Amino acid sequence: MATRTLITVPPTARRGDVIEIRTLIGHPMEPGFRADAQGKQLPRDIIRRFACIYGGETVFRAELSPAIAANPYLAFHTVALESGTLIFLWEGDNGFSHSESVALTVT
Amino acid sequence: MTPLRLVLLACLALAAGVAHADADTRRSGFEFMGPATQALQRDDGANPGMLVVAEGADLWRRRSGAADTACADCHGEARSNMRGVAARYPAWDEATQQPIDLGGRIRQCQVRRQLATPFAPESDGLLALQTYVSFQSRGLPVAPPADGRLDAPRARGERLYAQRIGQLDLACAQCHDQHAGQHLGGSTIPQAHAIGYPTYRLEWQSLGSLQRRLRNCMNGVRAEPWAYGAPELIELELYLATRDHGMALEAPAVRP
Repeated sequence: MATRTLITVPPTARRGDVIEIRTLIGHPMEPGFRADAQGKQLPRDIIRRFACIYGGETVFRAELSPAIAANPYLAFHTVALESGTLIFLWEGDNGFSHSESVALTVT
Repeated sequence: MTPLRLVLLACLALAAGVAHADADTRRSGFEFMGPATQALQRDDGANPGMLVVAEGADLWRRRSGAADTACADCHGEARSNMRGVAARYPAWDEATQQPIDLGGRIRQCQVRRQLATPFAPESDGLLALQTYVSFQSRGLPVAPPADGRLDAPRARGERLYAQRIGQLDLACAQCHDQHAGQHLGGSTIPQAHAIGYPTYRLEWQSLGSLQRRLRNCMNGVRAEPWAYGAPELIELELYLATRDHGMALEAPAVRP
């Protein structure tokens, strides 16, 4: 299954508004401690880093760990300063990398 | 106590009894969950089942098989044309002369119309399509078909529901009818209304079908689970749909 995300950003905001941004990404977040049905250890496969870039600046970033559940959900806030693009980046094990961008109009 | 008072009391008790019989005591599993899990289900931006709905929407339009057709080529826009479909399943299948559930119908369509290899039971692809179709009926009441040919398998399902199975010698009814609302370990036992399937279970960390849930319960009582697509599972699904008659569908639901 291709990587899927759900991103909730208000389409418009007034300058200076604090806006809530919510992201969900489909990922197994295999912690590396579990065994499969044959007793073989499943290798770790998690998202390691997340970042949100707005107006060329990182406004939020997070480091994820094996104890975080599948399909990690992250919600955070930022101040709407100018119209532009919000870029979301997820990076993880086995060269996992996914990015999304969402336009935000600031009035 | 005077005889008049006794008569009055008897009338009151009778009235209370009637009112009780009228009130719907059925409760969705949703109402047995904590507020955090409820919030997760309510919010389409946080419900992980919505990732699967999005995958299903893509598959709906993707051509496949020797016939090179997509679901959308025959059925059109799912939002309008698939509305209420999931609420009517399991249904009677004319071709095989037996009941069929929604997953089975999708696989049958893949073989007959798309001339494709069907998705394996409980595979990502099948769950995605099933979830996408079920999602079109979210909020609609469960409406089991009034087809008389379903009566016999439905009755067999009802018997299976009350049949003790496994090393623990437990029937579905013993937990879900007699002890619903009480606890099994740390979990609250719901009333067994299968209105949110396919459901995202936090325990599974993924989305699964009603058949997965039923097999899960069978493992729990240490019985040998029926295979995916087994007639017994479909008969149970049929009976469960009758119990849920009129309750609003929740797919994709979130459960603990």
